[in-house]
Amino acid sequence: MNQTRRQVMQIGAGAAALGVAATAGLMPNIALAADAPGWNAPLFEAKSFADAAKIWGGTPTESADVSIIGPDIAENGAVVPVGVKSNAAGTTALGIVIEKNPTVLAGLFNMTDVSVPNVATRVKMAQTSNVYAVAKVGDKLLFSKKEIKVTLGGCGG
Amino acid sequence: MAFPMRMRANVEGDVVVVRVLMTHPEDTGLIKDKAGKIIPAHFIQSVTCKNNDKTVLTCDWGTAISKNPFLEFRFKGGKSGDKVTVSWIDNKGETSTADTTVS
Repeated sequence: MNQTRRQVMQIGAGAAALGVAATAGLMPNIALAADAPGWNAPLFEAKSFADAAKIWGGTPTESADVSIIGPDIAENGAVVPVGVKSNAAGTTALGIVIEKNPTVLAGLFNMTDVSVPNVATRVKMAQTSNVYAVAKVGDKLLFSKKEIKVTLGGCGG
Repeated sequence: MAFPMRMRANVEGDVVVVRVLMTHPEDTGLIKDKAGKIIPAHFIQSVTCKNNDKTVLTCDWGTAISKNPFLEFRFKGGKSGDKVTVSWIDNKGETSTADTTVS
């Protein structure tokens, strides 16, 4: 069951890539303007937390300094409120990683000297999954995780 | 296409809390429409938040951010009357900017 679903998702992803390639061929100008400056495309294409951590440049370490705020059960996977908070000194960035999404990284929040490492947003979840709140401190990625159950997936058509 | 934003910024203790609601389809590029054609990916990639022209937060987002994204963030050193500006750019190069006054 899971296997079939995964295959279907992969076929979908492949088709999407083809679609993008086709569009790029037809309209090169738009393709050039495609990614916003500084947007790290490989990082957002990572398929697992380990891959994402490698590209992001850090060793994942579980830590109590980072907390994740989210529901235990999300009825609608298309809109899951998630908050990330870090109490670790020297947090330079926060991230939300959803283990079982087609691409795991949902968002990155880059801190400046005045920002407080405490952000919240709403994310899509394909299915019940562990959600990681990640804080980048030096070359370490401190994280804490929480399983959020999804009744209705957010990636269905 | 117009992408309006609603936002509010309040002083809470020694920090300013900003809440933003953006308008954006956030298509992942994985979903098909009723005719079976893939809806191309269309999502916000970069968000910049400023307080009186000083950058306080930048965000890089992927496709997993929900449709009509919500963002809440906090920063220090703001005061009532400051101007908070939020702008974003999506993968098609479209942008939108909105500002509000801290109350």
